[in-house]
Amino acid sequence: MQPTNRSSRILQPVKLWFVYLSLFVALGLEYIPTGRTPGLPDWVALVLAFWCVREPLAIGMGAGFAFGLLMDVGLGAAMGQHALAYVVLAYLATALARRVLWFPAWQQALHVLPLLLLSQALMVGVRLLAGAEFPGWAYFLSSFSSALLWTPLSLLLLLPQYQPVERDDNRPI
Amino acid sequence: MSLVGHQPPPIFRRGPAPLARLFVFVAVCLALLAADLRFRYLEVMRNALSVVTYPLQMAAATPADVVSNAARYFGTLIDVQLENAELRRHQLGAGERLLRFEQLEQENAHLRELLQMSQRVQTKSIAADILYNAPDPFARKVILDRGAQQGVEAGLAVVDANGVIGQVTRVHPIQAEVTLLTDRNQSIPVSVVRNGVRGVLYGVGRGMLEMRHVLADVDIQPGDQLVTSGLDGIFVPGLPVATVTRVNRDQDAFARIECEPLAAIERSVQVLVIGRAAYPPPPPPPATEGGR
Repeated sequence: MQPTNRSSRILQPVKLWFVYLSLFVALGLEYIPTGRTPGLPDWVALVLAFWCVREPLAIGMGAGFAFGLLMDVGLGAAMGQHALAYVVLAYLATALARRVLWFPAWQQALHVLPLLLLSQALMVGVRLLAGAEFPGWAYFLSSFSSALLWTPLSLLLLLPQYQPVERDDNRPI
Repeated sequence: MSLVGHQPPPIFRRGPAPLARLFVFVAVCLALLAADLRFRYLEVMRNALSVVTYPLQMAAATPADVVSNAARYFGTLIDVQLENAELRRHQLGAGERLLRFEQLEQENAHLRELLQMSQRVQTKSIAADILYNAPDPFARKVILDRGAQQGVEAGLAVVDANGVIGQVTRVHPIQAEVTLLTDRNQSIPVSVVRNGVRGVLYGVGRGMLEMRHVLADVDIQPGDQLVTSGLDGIFVPGLPVATVTRVNRDQDAFARIECEPLAAIERSVQVLVIGRAAYPPPPPPPATEGGR
Protein backbone atom coordinates (compact mmCIF):
# COMPACT_ATOMS: atom_id res chain seq x y z
CA MET A 1 0.00 0.00 0.00
CA GLN A 2 1.40 3.34 -1.01
CA PRO A 3 -0.58 6.39 0.05
CA THR A 4 -0.40 9.08 -2.60
CA ASN A 5 1.28 12.20 -1.33
CA ARG A 6 -1.53 14.37 -2.63
CA SER A 7 -4.24 12.30 -1.10
CA SER A 8 -4.72 12.45 2.64
CA ARG A 9 -6.50 9.13 2.50
CA ILE A 10 -4.99 5.94 3.68
CA LEU A 11 -6.01 3.22 1.30
CA GLN A 12 -6.93 -0.29 2.22
CA PRO A 13 -4.55 -3.01 1.05
CA VAL A 14 -5.28 -4.24 -2.43
CA LYS A 15 -6.86 -7.62 -2.96
CA LEU A 16 -4.90 -9.78 -5.35
CA TRP A 17 -8.02 -11.30 -6.88
CA PHE A 18 -9.22 -7.82 -7.81
CA VAL A 19 -5.94 -7.12 -9.63
CA TYR A 20 -6.30 -10.25 -11.73
CA LEU A 21 -10.02 -9.70 -12.25
CA SER A 22 -9.34 -6.22 -13.64
CA LEU A 23 -6.69 -7.67 -15.94
CA PHE A 24 -9.11 -10.30 -17.25
CA VAL A 25 -11.80 -7.64 -17.79
CA ALA A 26 -9.25 -5.61 -19.75
CA LEU A 27 -8.47 -8.72 -21.79
CA GLY A 28 -12.18 -9.13 -22.52
CA LEU A 29 -12.41 -5.50 -23.67
CA GLU A 30 -9.44 -6.13 -25.94
CA TYR A 31 -11.19 -9.10 -27.54
CA ILE A 32 -14.21 -7.05 -28.66
CA PRO A 33 -13.97 -7.25 -32.44
CA THR A 34 -13.52 -3.69 -33.66
CA GLY A 35 -11.78 -4.38 -36.93
CA ARG A 36 -8.93 -2.08 -37.74
CA THR A 37 -10.13 1.08 -35.99
CA PRO A 38 -6.96 2.97 -35.01
CA GLY A 39 -6.57 4.75 -31.71
CA LEU A 40 -8.42 2.31 -29.47
CA PRO A 41 -6.69 2.11 -26.10
CA ASP A 42 -4.64 -0.94 -25.18
CA TRP A 43 -6.59 -1.87 -22.06
CA VAL A 44 -4.34 -4.67 -20.88
CA ALA A 45 -1.20 -2.55 -21.18
CA LEU A 46 -2.88 0.27 -19.32
CA VAL A 47 -4.20 -1.85 -16.44
CA LEU A 48 -0.91 -3.72 -16.21
CA ALA A 49 1.07 -0.47 -16.05
CA PHE A 50 -1.35 0.83 -13.43
CA TRP A 51 -0.95 -2.13 -11.10
CA CYS A 52 2.82 -2.27 -11.65
CA VAL A 53 3.04 1.36 -10.54
CA ARG A 54 0.62 0.90 -7.63
CA GLU A 55 1.54 -2.54 -6.37
CA PRO A 56 5.03 -3.44 -7.60
CA LEU A 57 5.27 -6.17 -4.99
CA ALA A 58 2.04 -7.89 -5.97
CA ILE A 59 2.36 -8.00 -9.73
CA GLY A 60 5.12 -7.66 -12.27
CA MET A 61 6.81 -9.17 -15.28
CA GLY A 62 5.35 -12.64 -14.80
CA ALA A 63 1.80 -11.34 -15.13
CA GLY A 64 2.91 -9.21 -18.11
CA PHE A 65 4.28 -12.28 -19.81
CA ALA A 66 1.17 -14.41 -19.13
CA PHE A 67 -1.32 -11.77 -20.27
CA GLY A 68 0.87 -10.94 -23.25
CA LEU A 69 0.65 -14.56 -24.39
CA LEU A 70 -3.14 -14.53 -23.93
CA MET A 71 -3.27 -11.37 -26.05
CA ASP A 72 -1.15 -13.00 -28.75
CA VAL A 73 -3.40 -16.02 -28.91
CA GLY A 74 -6.64 -14.07 -28.81
CA LEU A 75 -5.66 -11.48 -31.40
CA GLY A 76 -3.89 -13.92 -33.71
CA ALA A 77 -0.64 -11.97 -33.41
CA ALA A 78 2.82 -13.49 -33.48
CA MET A 79 3.46 -15.61 -30.40
CA GLY A 80 5.49 -13.57 -27.91
CA GLN A 81 4.88 -10.19 -29.53
CA HIS A 82 2.63 -8.75 -26.84
CA ALA A 83 4.43 -10.80 -24.18
CA LEU A 84 7.72 -9.07 -25.01
CA ALA A 85 6.11 -5.63 -25.03
CA TYR A 86 4.30 -6.19 -21.72
CA VAL A 87 7.33 -7.67 -19.94
CA VAL A 88 9.36 -4.57 -20.81
CA LEU A 89 6.41 -2.35 -19.89
CA ALA A 90 6.00 -4.07 -16.52
CA TYR A 91 9.71 -3.79 -15.79
CA LEU A 92 9.83 -0.06 -16.55
CA ALA A 93 6.57 0.67 -14.75
CA THR A 94 7.86 -1.14 -11.65
CA ALA A 95 11.06 0.89 -11.85
CA LEU A 96 8.97 4.08 -11.96
CA ALA A 97 6.75 3.05 -9.06
CA ARG A 98 8.65 4.82 -6.28
CA ARG A 99 8.63 8.17 -8.03
CA VAL A 100 5.47 8.47 -10.11
CA LEU A 101 2.99 8.38 -7.26
CA TRP A 102 4.20 11.70 -5.94
CA PHE A 103 2.80 13.45 -9.00
CA PRO A 104 -0.85 14.33 -9.68
CA ALA A 105 -2.71 11.93 -11.93
CA TRP A 106 -2.28 13.74 -15.24
CA GLN A 107 1.48 13.96 -14.72
CA GLN A 108 1.50 10.26 -13.89
CA ALA A 109 -0.12 9.74 -17.27
CA LEU A 110 2.70 11.74 -18.86
CA HIS A 111 5.19 9.42 -17.17
CA VAL A 112 3.42 6.32 -18.44
CA LEU A 113 2.92 7.55 -22.02
CA PRO A 114 6.56 6.97 -23.10
CA LEU A 115 6.42 3.45 -21.67
CA LEU A 116 3.27 2.65 -23.66
CA LEU A 117 4.85 4.14 -26.80
CA LEU A 118 7.99 2.10 -26.24
CA SER A 119 6.02 -1.12 -25.88
CA GLN A 120 4.17 -0.38 -29.13
CA ALA A 121 7.44 0.47 -30.88
CA LEU A 122 8.82 -2.90 -29.72
CA MET A 123 5.86 -4.69 -31.30
CA VAL A 124 6.25 -2.76 -34.55
CA GLY A 125 9.96 -3.52 -34.62
CA VAL A 126 9.44 -7.21 -34.05
CA ARG A 127 6.79 -7.53 -36.76
CA LEU A 128 8.67 -5.42 -39.29
CA LEU A 129 11.72 -7.64 -38.78
CA ALA A 130 9.47 -10.60 -39.56
CA GLY A 131 8.45 -8.99 -42.86
CA ALA A 132 5.03 -7.57 -42.02
CA GLU A 133 3.55 -4.39 -43.42
CA PHE A 134 3.95 -1.13 -41.47
CA PRO A 135 0.49 -0.41 -40.00
CA GLY A 136 0.74 3.37 -40.36
CA TRP A 137 1.46 6.05 -37.79
CA ALA A 138 -2.14 5.99 -36.59
CA TYR A 139 -1.18 2.77 -34.82
CA PHE A 140 0.60 4.82 -32.15
CA LEU A 141 -2.56 6.82 -31.38
CA SER A 142 -3.49 3.90 -29.15
CA SER A 143 -0.85 4.92 -26.58
CA PHE A 144 -2.18 8.45 -26.40
CA SER A 145 -5.77 7.36 -25.87
CA SER A 146 -4.57 4.93 -23.21
CA ALA A 147 -2.69 7.72 -21.43
CA LEU A 148 -5.82 9.89 -21.53
CA LEU A 149 -7.67 7.13 -19.69
CA TRP A 150 -5.10 6.97 -16.88
CA THR A 151 -6.91 9.38 -14.55
CA PRO A 152 -10.43 7.90 -14.77
CA LEU A 153 -9.00 4.41 -14.64
CA SER A 154 -6.98 5.07 -11.48
CA LEU A 155 -10.12 6.39 -9.77
CA LEU A 156 -12.08 3.33 -10.90
CA LEU A 157 -9.49 0.73 -9.96
CA LEU A 158 -8.84 2.28 -6.54
CA LEU A 159 -12.53 2.40 -5.62
CA PRO A 160 -12.51 -0.86 -3.62
CA GLN A 161 -9.57 0.42 -1.59
CA TYR A 162 -11.32 3.67 -0.70
CA GLN A 163 -13.79 1.83 1.53
CA PRO A 164 -13.32 2.40 5.25
CA VAL A 165 -12.20 -0.55 7.34
CA GLU A 166 -15.32 -0.71 9.46
CA ARG A 167 -18.55 0.93 8.48
CA ASP A 168 -19.53 3.88 10.61
CA ASP A 169 -22.66 5.76 9.65
CA ASN A 170 -21.66 8.84 11.63
CA ARG A 171 -18.39 9.33 9.75
CA PRO A 172 -18.55 11.92 6.93
CA ILE A 173 -16.77 9.83 4.22
CA MET B 1 15.46 -25.29 18.89
CA SER B 2 18.88 -24.26 17.61
CA LEU B 3 19.66 -21.23 15.52
CA VAL B 4 21.71 -23.28 13.04
CA GLY B 5 19.88 -23.50 9.75
CA HIS B 6 17.51 -20.80 10.79
CA GLN B 7 16.09 -18.99 7.75
CA PRO B 8 15.87 -15.20 7.63
CA PRO B 9 12.31 -13.93 7.81
CA PRO B 10 10.69 -13.86 4.36
CA ILE B 11 9.84 -10.16 4.47
CA PHE B 12 12.84 -8.97 2.50
CA ARG B 13 13.23 -11.86 0.09
CA ARG B 14 12.21 -10.85 -3.43
CA GLY B 15 13.78 -13.52 -5.62
CA PRO B 16 16.25 -12.72 -8.37
CA ALA B 17 17.04 -9.12 -9.25
CA PRO B 18 14.46 -7.45 -11.53
CA LEU B 19 16.98 -6.85 -14.30
CA ALA B 20 17.94 -10.53 -14.33
CA ARG B 21 14.27 -11.53 -14.51
CA LEU B 22 13.74 -9.04 -17.33
CA PHE B 23 16.52 -10.65 -19.34
CA VAL B 24 15.12 -14.12 -18.74
CA PHE B 25 11.63 -13.08 -19.84
CA VAL B 26 12.89 -11.19 -22.89
CA ALA B 27 14.97 -14.18 -23.90
CA VAL B 28 11.93 -16.46 -23.59
CA CYS B 29 9.83 -14.03 -25.66
CA LEU B 30 12.44 -13.81 -28.39
CA ALA B 31 12.68 -17.60 -28.50
CA LEU B 32 8.88 -17.81 -28.80
CA LEU B 33 8.88 -15.21 -31.59
CA ALA B 34 11.57 -17.03 -33.52
CA ALA B 35 9.84 -20.37 -33.08
CA ASP B 36 6.50 -18.94 -34.22
CA LEU B 37 7.45 -16.60 -37.05
CA ARG B 38 10.28 -18.60 -38.54
CA PHE B 39 9.38 -22.21 -37.89
CA ARG B 40 5.64 -22.22 -37.03
CA TYR B 41 6.26 -24.58 -34.12
CA LEU B 42 3.78 -23.13 -31.71
CA GLU B 43 0.36 -24.10 -33.08
CA VAL B 44 -0.02 -26.69 -30.29
CA MET B 45 0.68 -24.04 -27.63
CA ARG B 46 -1.72 -21.65 -29.36
CA ASN B 47 -4.48 -24.26 -29.31
CA ALA B 48 -3.85 -25.02 -25.64
CA LEU B 49 -3.97 -21.36 -24.64
CA SER B 50 -7.05 -20.73 -26.75
CA VAL B 51 -8.94 -22.91 -24.26
CA VAL B 52 -8.55 -19.97 -21.87
CA THR B 53 -9.15 -17.19 -24.39
CA TYR B 54 -12.01 -18.72 -26.34
CA PRO B 55 -14.84 -18.22 -23.79
CA LEU B 56 -13.65 -14.65 -23.23
CA GLN B 57 -13.61 -14.02 -26.97
CA MET B 58 -17.09 -15.41 -27.40
CA ALA B 59 -18.33 -13.23 -24.55
CA ALA B 60 -16.63 -10.16 -26.02
CA ALA B 61 -18.06 -10.80 -29.48
CA THR B 62 -21.66 -10.82 -28.21
CA PRO B 63 -22.12 -7.03 -27.77
CA ALA B 64 -20.56 -6.44 -31.18
CA ASP B 65 -23.01 -8.95 -32.68
CA VAL B 66 -25.93 -7.21 -31.01
CA VAL B 67 -24.87 -3.83 -32.40
CA SER B 68 -24.42 -5.10 -35.95
CA ASN B 69 -27.68 -7.06 -35.85
CA ALA B 70 -29.54 -4.02 -34.57
CA ALA B 71 -28.14 -1.97 -37.44
CA ARG B 72 -29.38 -4.61 -39.87
CA TYR B 73 -32.76 -4.83 -38.13
CA PHE B 74 -33.39 -1.12 -38.45
CA GLY B 75 -32.27 -0.99 -42.08
CA THR B 76 -35.14 0.42 -44.10
CA LEU B 77 -37.61 -1.76 -45.94
CA ILE B 78 -36.85 0.04 -49.20
CA ASP B 79 -33.21 -0.97 -49.03
CA VAL B 80 -34.17 -4.58 -48.58
CA GLN B 81 -36.68 -4.46 -51.43
CA LEU B 82 -34.12 -2.91 -53.77
CA GLU B 83 -31.57 -5.52 -52.79
CA ASN B 84 -34.15 -8.25 -53.31
CA ALA B 85 -34.96 -7.07 -56.84
CA GLU B 86 -31.26 -6.87 -57.62
CA LEU B 87 -30.71 -10.39 -56.35
CA ARG B 88 -33.61 -11.74 -58.42
CA ARG B 89 -32.10 -10.23 -61.54
CA HIS B 90 -28.72 -11.75 -60.67
CA GLN B 91 -30.25 -15.12 -60.01
CA LEU B 92 -32.02 -15.16 -63.35
CA GLY B 93 -28.76 -14.47 -65.18
CA ALA B 94 -26.86 -16.98 -63.07
CA GLY B 95 -29.52 -19.65 -63.58
CA GLU B 96 -29.28 -19.35 -67.33
CA ARG B 97 -25.48 -19.57 -67.18
CA LEU B 98 -25.74 -22.56 -64.86
CA LEU B 99 -27.94 -24.43 -67.34
CA ARG B 100 -25.39 -23.94 -70.06
CA PHE B 101 -22.57 -24.79 -67.63
CA GLU B 102 -24.09 -28.15 -66.74
CA GLN B 103 -24.44 -29.06 -70.34
CA LEU B 104 -20.87 -27.98 -71.08
CA GLU B 105 -19.58 -29.92 -68.10
CA GLN B 106 -21.18 -33.09 -69.38
CA GLU B 107 -19.79 -32.45 -72.80
CA ASN B 108 -16.35 -31.81 -71.33
CA ALA B 109 -16.44 -35.02 -69.30
CA HIS B 110 -17.49 -36.90 -72.40
CA LEU B 111 -14.72 -35.44 -74.54
CA ARG B 112 -12.13 -36.11 -71.85
CA GLU B 113 -13.29 -39.69 -71.73
CA LEU B 114 -12.93 -39.95 -75.48
CA LEU B 115 -9.39 -38.54 -75.28
CA GLN B 116 -8.65 -40.80 -72.29
CA MET B 117 -7.52 -37.83 -70.15
CA SER B 118 -7.94 -37.88 -66.42
CA GLN B 119 -11.01 -36.10 -65.12
CA ARG B 120 -10.76 -32.55 -63.85
CA VAL B 121 -10.29 -32.05 -60.13
CA GLN B 122 -13.36 -32.50 -57.97
CA THR B 123 -14.05 -29.60 -55.64
CA LYS B 124 -15.88 -29.06 -52.40
CA SER B 125 -17.20 -25.71 -51.28
CA ILE B 126 -18.54 -24.16 -48.06
CA ALA B 127 -20.45 -20.87 -47.99
CA ALA B 128 -19.35 -18.51 -45.21
CA ASP B 129 -19.76 -14.96 -43.97
CA ILE B 130 -16.88 -12.68 -43.06
CA LEU B 131 -17.42 -11.68 -39.44
CA TYR B 132 -14.81 -8.97 -39.01
CA ASN B 133 -11.23 -8.00 -39.74
CA ALA B 134 -8.71 -9.79 -37.57
CA PRO B 135 -7.48 -7.42 -34.85
CA ASP B 136 -3.78 -7.87 -35.64
CA PRO B 137 -2.91 -4.55 -37.36
CA PHE B 138 0.25 -5.95 -38.95
CA ALA B 139 -1.45 -8.50 -41.17
CA ARG B 140 -4.39 -8.39 -43.55
CA LYS B 141 -6.62 -11.12 -42.25
CA VAL B 142 -10.34 -11.66 -41.77
CA ILE B 143 -12.37 -14.04 -39.61
CA LEU B 144 -15.00 -16.37 -41.14
CA ASP B 145 -18.04 -17.71 -39.32
CA ARG B 146 -17.31 -21.29 -40.39
CA GLY B 147 -14.67 -23.49 -38.81
CA ALA B 148 -13.40 -27.00 -38.39
CA GLN B 149 -16.86 -28.26 -37.41
CA GLN B 150 -18.19 -27.27 -40.85
CA GLY B 151 -15.25 -28.86 -42.64
CA VAL B 152 -13.02 -25.85 -43.21
CA GLU B 153 -9.35 -26.80 -43.38
CA ALA B 154 -6.19 -24.75 -43.40
CA GLY B 155 -4.97 -24.13 -46.94
CA LEU B 156 -8.33 -23.88 -48.71
CA ALA B 157 -8.94 -20.98 -51.10
CA VAL B 158 -11.55 -18.33 -50.27
CA VAL B 159 -13.37 -16.65 -53.15
CA ASP B 160 -16.09 -14.05 -53.50
CA ALA B 161 -18.32 -13.50 -56.54
CA ASN B 162 -15.45 -12.11 -58.64
CA GLY B 163 -12.36 -14.02 -57.68
CA VAL B 164 -9.97 -15.28 -55.02
CA ILE B 165 -9.66 -13.14 -51.89
CA GLY B 166 -7.31 -15.27 -49.83
CA GLN B 167 -6.45 -18.53 -48.16
CA VAL B 168 -7.51 -20.13 -44.87
CA THR B 169 -4.45 -20.02 -42.61
CA ARG B 170 -5.77 -21.02 -39.20
CA VAL B 171 -8.85 -22.99 -38.22
CA HIS B 172 -10.72 -22.72 -34.94
CA PRO B 173 -13.69 -24.94 -33.99
CA ILE B 174 -16.38 -22.57 -35.30
CA GLN B 175 -14.30 -19.83 -36.89
CA ALA B 176 -11.48 -19.65 -39.39
CA GLU B 177 -8.82 -17.06 -40.11
CA VAL B 178 -8.24 -16.09 -43.74
CA THR B 179 -5.07 -14.35 -44.88
CA LEU B 180 -5.97 -11.99 -47.72
CA LEU B 181 -3.99 -11.97 -50.94
CA THR B 182 -2.83 -8.43 -50.20
CA ASP B 183 -0.98 -9.54 -47.05
CA ARG B 184 2.78 -9.24 -47.42
CA ASN B 185 3.37 -12.85 -46.45
CA GLN B 186 0.79 -14.35 -48.79
CA SER B 187 1.52 -15.76 -52.24
CA ILE B 188 -0.49 -17.69 -54.81
CA PRO B 189 0.65 -19.51 -57.98
CA VAL B 190 -1.08 -18.13 -61.06
CA SER B 191 -1.04 -18.41 -64.83
CA VAL B 192 -2.04 -15.99 -67.56
CA VAL B 193 -5.33 -16.93 -69.24
CA ARG B 194 -4.23 -15.74 -72.69
CA ASN B 195 -1.09 -17.85 -73.09
CA GLY B 196 -0.62 -19.94 -69.95
CA VAL B 197 2.55 -18.19 -68.70
CA ARG B 198 3.06 -19.18 -65.07
CA GLY B 199 4.24 -17.13 -62.14
CA VAL B 200 3.66 -16.50 -58.47
CA LEU B 201 1.58 -13.60 -57.20
CA TYR B 202 2.68 -11.86 -53.96
CA GLY B 203 0.91 -9.30 -51.84
CA VAL B 204 2.83 -6.05 -51.49
CA GLY B 205 0.50 -4.20 -49.13
CA ARG B 206 -1.58 -1.13 -49.99
CA GLY B 207 -4.12 -3.45 -51.64
CA MET B 208 -1.85 -4.27 -54.57
CA LEU B 209 -0.30 -7.49 -55.87
CA GLU B 210 2.91 -8.22 -57.73
CA MET B 211 3.73 -11.15 -60.01
CA ARG B 212 7.29 -12.35 -59.60
CA HIS B 213 9.60 -14.96 -61.08
CA VAL B 214 8.65 -14.04 -64.65
CA LEU B 215 11.48 -13.36 -67.12
CA ALA B 216 11.58 -9.91 -68.69
CA ASP B 217 11.09 -11.14 -72.27
CA VAL B 218 7.94 -13.16 -71.53
CA ASP B 219 4.75 -12.05 -73.28
CA ILE B 220 2.63 -10.33 -70.63
CA GLN B 221 0.63 -7.18 -71.27
CA PRO B 222 -1.42 -4.85 -69.11
CA GLY B 223 -4.99 -6.12 -69.08
CA ASP B 224 -4.10 -9.82 -69.00
CA GLN B 225 -6.26 -11.94 -66.71
CA LEU B 226 -4.54 -14.13 -64.13
CA VAL B 227 -6.11 -17.33 -62.80
CA THR B 228 -4.89 -19.86 -60.25
CA SER B 229 -2.65 -22.42 -61.89
CA GLY B 230 -3.29 -25.15 -59.33
CA LEU B 231 0.35 -26.23 -59.52
CA ASP B 232 0.65 -26.09 -55.74
CA GLY B 233 -1.83 -28.95 -55.42
CA ILE B 234 -3.88 -26.90 -52.95
CA PHE B 235 -5.76 -24.28 -54.93
CA VAL B 236 -8.35 -25.35 -57.47
CA PRO B 237 -7.04 -24.38 -60.94
CA GLY B 238 -8.84 -21.76 -62.99
CA LEU B 239 -10.15 -19.43 -60.28
CA PRO B 240 -9.84 -15.78 -61.42
CA VAL B 241 -7.39 -13.82 -59.29
CA ALA B 242 -6.19 -10.52 -60.75
CA THR B 243 -5.64 -8.29 -63.77
CA VAL B 244 -2.22 -7.04 -64.86
CA THR B 245 -2.10 -3.25 -64.60
CA ARG B 246 1.52 -2.35 -65.34
CA VAL B 247 4.56 -4.18 -66.68
CA ASN B 248 8.02 -2.76 -66.09
CA ARG B 249 10.78 -4.56 -67.99
CA ASP B 250 13.74 -2.21 -67.76
CA GLN B 251 15.00 -3.34 -64.36
CA ASP B 252 16.86 -6.59 -64.68
CA ALA B 253 16.33 -10.17 -65.76
CA PHE B 254 12.86 -10.34 -64.24
CA ALA B 255 9.87 -8.20 -65.17
CA ARG B 256 8.11 -6.14 -62.50
CA ILE B 257 4.44 -6.87 -63.00
CA GLU B 258 1.90 -4.97 -60.93
CA CYS B 259 -1.56 -6.46 -60.66
CA GLU B 260 -4.90 -5.47 -59.28
CA PRO B 261 -7.10 -8.05 -57.57
CA LEU B 262 -10.41 -8.88 -59.27
CA ALA B 263 -12.27 -9.64 -56.06
CA ALA B 264 -13.35 -6.93 -53.66
CA ILE B 265 -10.68 -8.24 -51.29
CA GLU B 266 -11.11 -5.87 -48.38
CA ARG B 267 -14.83 -5.26 -48.84
CA SER B 268 -16.58 -8.56 -49.60
CA VAL B 269 -18.95 -10.02 -47.02
CA GLN B 270 -20.22 -13.35 -48.37
CA VAL B 271 -17.55 -15.76 -49.51
CA LEU B 272 -17.11 -19.35 -50.58
CA VAL B 273 -14.38 -21.64 -49.22
CA ILE B 274 -13.23 -23.83 -52.09
CA GLY B 275 -10.86 -26.76 -51.97
CA ARG B 276 -10.00 -29.97 -53.70
CA ALA B 277 -12.10 -32.92 -52.60
CA ALA B 278 -8.92 -35.03 -52.72
CA TYR B 279 -5.33 -33.87 -52.80
CA PRO B 280 -3.12 -35.11 -55.63
CA PRO B 281 -0.50 -37.73 -54.78
CA PRO B 282 2.86 -36.31 -53.70
CA PRO B 283 5.41 -35.86 -56.49
CA PRO B 284 7.82 -38.77 -57.01
CA PRO B 285 11.22 -38.32 -55.38
CA PRO B 286 13.83 -36.88 -57.77
CA ALA B 287 15.86 -39.53 -59.55
CA THR B 288 19.36 -39.91 -58.14
CA GLU B 289 22.29 -38.78 -60.27
CA GLY B 290 23.50 -41.47 -62.66
CA GLY B 291 20.72 -43.77 -61.68
CA ARG B 292 19.78 -44.55 -65.27
